[in-house]
Amino acid sequence: MEVRFICAGMLSTVQDLGRRGLLCEGVPLGGAVDAFALRVANLLVGNPEGAPALEITLRGPEIEFSKAGWVAACGARFADVPAWRPFQVAAGERLKFGERSEGCRCYLAVSGGFDVPAVLGGSGTNLAAAIGGFQGRALADGDVLATGPALRVPTGHWGIDERMLPRYSRDPLVRVIAGAQAADFGDTLYSGSFTVTPRSDRMGMRLAGPRLERRAGYDLISAAVAPGTIQVPPDGNPILLMADAQTLGGYPRVAHVASVDMPLVAQLAPGDRVRFAASGVAEAHALIHAQNHQLALLRHGIAGKMAPA
Amino acid sequence: MKLEPLGDSAVVATLGTRIDAEALAPVLALARAVRESKARGVVEVVPAYATVTVFYDPLQFANPDEDAYEFICNLIESCAGRAVGGERAGRDFEIPVCYGGQFGPDMGHVAAHCRMDPLEAAAAHSGADYLVHAIGFTPGFPFLGGLPAALATPRRETPRARVAAGSVGIGAAQTGVYPIASPGGWQIIGRTPLSLFRPDRSPASLLRPGDRVRFRRITAEEFESWK
Repeated sequence: MEVRFICAGMLSTVQDLGRRGLLCEGVPLGGAVDAFALRVANLLVGNPEGAPALEITLRGPEIEFSKAGWVAACGARFADVPAWRPFQVAAGERLKFGERSEGCRCYLAVSGGFDVPAVLGGSGTNLAAAIGGFQGRALADGDVLATGPALRVPTGHWGIDERMLPRYSRDPLVRVIAGAQAADFGDTLYSGSFTVTPRSDRMGMRLAGPRLERRAGYDLISAAVAPGTIQVPPDGNPILLMADAQTLGGYPRVAHVASVDMPLVAQLAPGDRVRFAASGVAEAHALIHAQNHQLALLRHGIAGKMAPA
Repeated sequence: MKLEPLGDSAVVATLGTRIDAEALAPVLALARAVRESKARGVVEVVPAYATVTVFYDPLQFANPDEDAYEFICNLIESCAGRAVGGERAGRDFEIPVCYGGQFGPDMGHVAAHCRMDPLEAAAAHSGADYLVHAIGFTPGFPFLGGLPAALATPRRETPRARVAAGSVGIGAAQTGVYPIASPGGWQIIGRTPLSLFRPDRSPASLLRPGDRVRFRRITAEEFESWK
């Protein structure tokens, strides 16, 4: 099947679950900002969980399918596009993403997955390095993406129980683990809510709110950072690092988002707010295991509704 | 050695508080020891300057019976105990650079700041031995220590929106090479025709921490004929 972009939307890129093992070469992890939504979208259409899918940002595309197939859209919700359940498209059918009603990023998986060459062991688009995905760039009007052969396809009409979904919100409480320089900043991070500014992208989310004043001021030596790290530059406005974050950082690290809450962060749009709550490594690990159990249930439930293609 | 969590999937080991060659050797030795331990749960190991960050997968440990964080901390400590001295020497690289002119738009500023003429500045830059302390910022970007103190120049007040691939820059007491076109705030003094990041090869980064680098002056004609 081929998927043609009548209109590409604001920022549509092919993403997967990222590249591992290349941080020491300066290559970011990358991949879907909301990895949970990408995994579920793929599961719903019978793909391997990490198959290349489309990450759609804020304003959706209009696309045309050359052949009949199954698709699923998870994460942000748009009018005229069913969310969190597989649906069939006919040959020649067009799918137009309407008004966005929830979230920031939607993951569109197509049965068979998008067929793009792997670069450095990943299919995700890294816009800064211009590698991966579709020619190392965001999709543009008129582009055509090919899909691979479908392995399995859904049967019947069903969707995911809403209780299994992340609790997306425009004002979420996000759990964090204290960073190396947390003590230098007191409790300000937990004292109020922060607004997501428009100067946010796949590399970092710039937040505005209570200024984080650093009490001790010695120069830091750059060290590894990762998606989820909250850095504080000298202006006191925190930057929450996202999937394409650079691999080293020299700003003080006040906190780091618990992995299971990254989908909540991924779905924040400019103007949305976020509050932070102190958590710990042990609690975060328990949450990761709980989320993994949740995914296992989904995998099992979905597998029972699939038939060979 | 100080051990701290970087979120729920990494531990940062801090071995020193300075940027120098003596601080880097134990960092590289520890990074190698952790990699070679092939220990359960270790996903990747990132040495940089004075730290080693060990990324791990918490799902490789039974919860709540096994403490993944404690396991990784113990692993780092036991590797640090074994990793004293004997670090394999880094590799030597020579990087050709055409200094000044269209390739080094900030050479005039750097030379003036350092009270040298541009030729002296180029000679000083290409006459020193450098050590790769870390790779980052962009894929393959080497942070090089060993810049002659006389060449140290503050970063640009306003970063450039786009620095050309191959640009050689000075940022305060460090020097480095932009492997891909990117925004950048360092003073650009020249450009190399050599590719430091090649996504079609493995490893993609030409350099790695611990490698030694020297720059060799080339003419604009040599630069052009390189390709």
